[in-house]
Amino acid sequence: MQQPGRAAEIKANGIGKSFGSFRALDNLTLDIGRGEFLTLLGPSGSGKTTFLMILAGFVQPSEGRLFSDGVDITNRPAEQRAAGMVFQGYALFPHMSVEQNIAFPLKVRKKSAAEIKSRVGEMIERVGLKGHEKKLPAQLSGGQQQRVALARALVFEPGVLLLDEPFSALDKSLRGQMQAEMKRLHQETGTTFVFVTHDQSEALALSSRVAIFNHGKLLQVGKPDEVYDRPANRFVAEFLGEINMLPVKGVRPADNGATGLCEDRAVNMRCKAEAIKGDAILAIRPEDMSIAPEASANQNGIAATAVASTYLGAATKLDLTTRQGARVTVSVPNEVAAAALSKGNSVWLTWPAEKGFLLPDGGQ
Amino acid sequence: MRGTLSDRTGAALLMAPLLLFLILAYAWPFLGVVKWSFTLPTPGLGQYHALLTDELVQSVFIRTLRIAAIVTVVSVTAAYAITVVWVRGSPVQRVLAEFCILVPFWISVLTRAFGWVALLSNRGLVNTWLQSIGFISEPLTLVRNEFGVIVGMSHFLIPFAVFPLASAMRSLDERVLLAARGLGSSRMRTFWTVFVPMTRSGIIGSALITFVFSLGFFVTPAILGGGRSVMIAELIYLRIFQSPDWGLGAAISVVLVVFVGALMALLFRYVKPKQLV
Ligand SMILES: Nc1ncnc2c1ncn2[C@@H]1O[C@H](COP(=O)(O)OP(=O)(O)OP(=O)(O)O)[C@@H](O)[C@H]1O
Ligand SMILES: [Mg+2]
Repeated sequence: MQQPGRAAEIKANGIGKSFGSFRALDNLTLDIGRGEFLTLLGPSGSGKTTFLMILAGFVQPSEGRLFSDGVDITNRPAEQRAAGMVFQGYALFPHMSVEQNIAFPLKVRKKSAAEIKSRVGEMIERVGLKGHEKKLPAQLSGGQQQRVALARALVFEPGVLLLDEPFSALDKSLRGQMQAEMKRLHQETGTTFVFVTHDQSEALALSSRVAIFNHGKLLQVGKPDEVYDRPANRFVAEFLGEINMLPVKGVRPADNGATGLCEDRAVNMRCKAEAIKGDAILAIRPEDMSIAPEASANQNGIAATAVASTYLGAATKLDLTTRQGARVTVSVPNEVAAAALSKGNSVWLTWPAEKGFLLPDGGQ
Repeated sequence: MRGTLSDRTGAALLMAPLLLFLILAYAWPFLGVVKWSFTLPTPGLGQYHALLTDELVQSVFIRTLRIAAIVTVVSVTAAYAITVVWVRGSPVQRVLAEFCILVPFWISVLTRAFGWVALLSNRGLVNTWLQSIGFISEPLTLVRNEFGVIVGMSHFLIPFAVFPLASAMRSLDERVLLAARGLGSSRMRTFWTVFVPMTRSGIIGSALITFVFSLGFFVTPAILGGGRSVMIAELIYLRIFQSPDWGLGAAISVVLVVFVGALMALLFRYVKPKQLV
């Protein structure tokens, strides 16, 4: 249906938006590649929708410029931008049937009746709505309405598809199904997708890149594994999933990375210590830590006491306290957790040097 | 559940005096009118038969329906424009629109009718102005005819037509309009193909209210029509108070009430009562 070459490439350059004295977006610079699947991730009120509205042309930025394929579109009205948009709550036309909803953007573009018919038919088939053509939106289930919204936004082959939390109203299993379908539609159409969510697992699973927002600022952009394994700061590290934070003292460069003191024991890190010296935070994901029978001189490790466990089926989540009072969570095989709890609760925590990363001390 | 039940009983108790008053003041006397229509001057269906054959009565009925229809179209159209400004305009526009909607409520129907006479009569403001700029040489007949009646009635009814429209426009999801524009539709096209169809229930409610009200108009057509475009309410008045034809007057009343009742039933099928205020 669509040649990947038609997908748009978007550049946001120093975009800012103020509502009165409130800064909803601040100096946002972001390149969105041709045909990429970019997810905007951030807590409620972080400015994701505002940025999407600016991309669509419904909101005018207070500063900055926006380029599409190298052309400045900052002042171009929404109806001329040809961005497909799926709104939160779908925003279907309630007085039009499924067919008429999907045909709307083609009618606006004055396509011939024959072309409209064939393209709407093709789109209905593609999103699995065959047999529902004549129904009104109110007669459809949430998942079906979602599909109509997707079909309507894709039928005119837009250069970019903007999606604002399209799955937030769906239950979990339907959500998974729709995510898979959306991934397929992205591959088939080759269009640039910009997707908003505040569900981090959804973001990591779907995207080619993730952009993390907080308080109107873009904190980090990168591939899912990059942002998960190498977050730029504490907020990103915590937002993307559970993480353990241990204070380290006297960080200095060493062979192959950095070294420092954690709970009075020397620990090694593989990351570079140029930016961070002295005191810092060592961050390790729960699934990257394990429990060892005893201390070993050539491995990172600290002593801890198990305080509680939560059985999760495939694994057990163990909550521990270190000697200096830091709280740590690890995810370990069930029998390891049972053994740890039976051995008077005192255990030895270890982690591979390449799995720990340093964050500046004291927050953001 | 229990709470709602006792709430309802409480509401019913509070409403009871009003209901009693309505029965005593309207329903009971109306039963008398129904009785007259079957008994005066002689018992039987004679008056209803006359109603079907009397040319004067029929021409008044047709005129009433015609005027009501025109007034409905004029009022709903004007009210639609005012409501769009009221609900979706800038803050200043909103205040102005609200003023236009509310001011007529403070002036009595009689005053307004005479106001229109002053404006529209042969030596009224409109005619003198048109003559002074040389647009016309002879004054136009703008009053004491159907035109005057339509102007006066529409003016009275526009504020009533506004409320169902405003309620429909307020409940409309803004994002649907954005969606239309995002899909490439111009503002004009979005208005006609999305906004107007989505306020359909408001248009129906507004039109039915205006139409029903128009059927019963008395003062405005009597003054602005100058006896030349008599409407049904005036005809009933003439039959009962100025001729001994009580039976026919009563029969016309019964037909009118039944017709209006049917329209009201239609109205409440399309709109919830709370949308009307
Ligand atoms: N029209 C407006 N007027 C004033 N403030 C606004 C307006 N639109 C958005 N804001 C503010 O800008 C901030 C960012 O809002 P935005 O809708 O972009 O957040 P979001 O990241 O999409 O959040 P959510 O995940 O809850 O949808 C919020 O604090 C919001 O109150
Ligand atoms: Mg949002």
